Amino acid sequence: MANITVHINGVAQTLDVEPRLLLVHLIRENLNLTGTHIGCDTSSCGACTVLMDGRSVKSCTVYAVQANGKEIMTIEGLAQGGLHPLQEGFKEEHGLQCGFCTPGMIMRCVDLLERNPNPTEDEIRWGISGNLCRCTGYNNIVKAVEYAAKKMQGAEVPAAETVA
Amino acid sequence: MIPQAFNYEAPTTLAGAIALLQKYGSDAKIMSGGHSLIPMMKLRLATPEHVIDISGIKGMEYIHEEGGYLKIGALTKEVALEESKLIHSKYPLITDATKMIADPSVRNLATVGGNLAHGDAANDHPAVMLALRASVLASGPNGDREISIDDFFLGFFTTALEPDEILTEIRIPIPPARSGGAYLKMERKVGDYATAGVAVQLSLDASGRCHQIGIALTNVSAASMRSTRAEEALRGQTLSDDLIQKAATMAAQDCDPNADLRGSVAYKRSIVKTLVTRAIHSAVERAGA
Repeated sequence: MANITVHINGVAQTLDVEPRLLLVHLIRENLNLTGTHIGCDTSSCGACTVLMDGRSVKSCTVYAVQANGKEIMTIEGLAQGGLHPLQEGFKEEHGLQCGFCTPGMIMRCVDLLERNPNPTEDEIRWGISGNLCRCTGYNNIVKAVEYAAKKMQGAEVPAAETVA
Repeated sequence: MIPQAFNYEAPTTLAGAIALLQKYGSDAKIMSGGHSLIPMMKLRLATPEHVIDISGIKGMEYIHEEGGYLKIGALTKEVALEESKLIHSKYPLITDATKMIADPSVRNLATVGGNLAHGDAANDHPAVMLALRASVLASGPNGDREISIDDFFLGFFTTALEPDEILTEIRIPIPPARSGGAYLKMERKVGDYATAGVAVQLSLDASGRCHQIGIALTNVSAASMRSTRAEEALRGQTLSDDLIQKAATMAAQDCDPNADLRGSVAYKRSIVKTLVTRAIHSAVERAGA
């Protein structure tokens, strides 16, 4: 067993783990944060994406011991006094249908917008190329990220049409 | 998928990591980003008893020119190469290749040293480094030794690294003026290994003749390979369309692909021919011809 301290969503957690424990299992099973999903389990789909020291990583392909001393943020840690602009964007622009890819997609886009606050459509599509969505065809996800980018730069974002 | 149990070590110095390699020998595997090793461990294709995580060793992430070489620390992450202005301006084939490696989240952890030391001919950096005529620094108990990239890839998942050595640096000769390069990769989808990949780096002299050329191929042979005959056909020549076609045909003849889900042998040879042609044209354009 290895003794590790991981800062998850701002809270230090000290645990004894087997070295072979994957970060995604630490998050879901040891810490009960089930917003992070397991899709393909082969680092292809991106459903398990979380931030490690601010950078998106696929937590099915990281050992929990590699996160020792690091800051991990999951989807549960994103909203601070109201939805994050990306969460709002996915809601307003209908960026999800079944929602399975959404937490990973959003965490990936947090990293994307941190490095490139005003991405072009191509840059967004390239930026989410390691995250698969089988419902939306990606168009509304791209719109959701554009919405968040505008909002995070302080622009007025028109409210999406309301359904009577 | 749960890997077989293993002992985990996280040395904070290179000397400490080498000492652990001496202690555990071939029962140990070095891990940096883990994006080649962990998938193999999850499939139990790799079952090391000891995993030595070197990602915490300081001072092994850098990209700079010094003493006639571009030096890249082995722990440099793919994302750092992708975002480097120096790489983009003077070593465009590295930028091309890095953007095609896996996906953005994988590139946040995966390292260039790991991509080479893994010894997988499906990886993209081996062909890039062959085309650039790089060398790698291997650090072991008796100090460092420089290994030419041509002597590094010995066969299927086999490199010239001794069991107690760690790849610590990549050295690339700084290209002369009027140089250009390109990396082209055919992949079925983002994150896939290459159906075939081609790396080209060339330099032109004042009269427009090609006086240096490197052509290397990804995932069409057991070990990463240089297309020597194609290089020789072009060295010292003015690069006409006919001559480029001839060299591309040689590269397609000389590679040794396997038929698999990505395509038949004939298909892969055809892809190699097309990509060599395009990569040379792109390299010439970037050289400012």
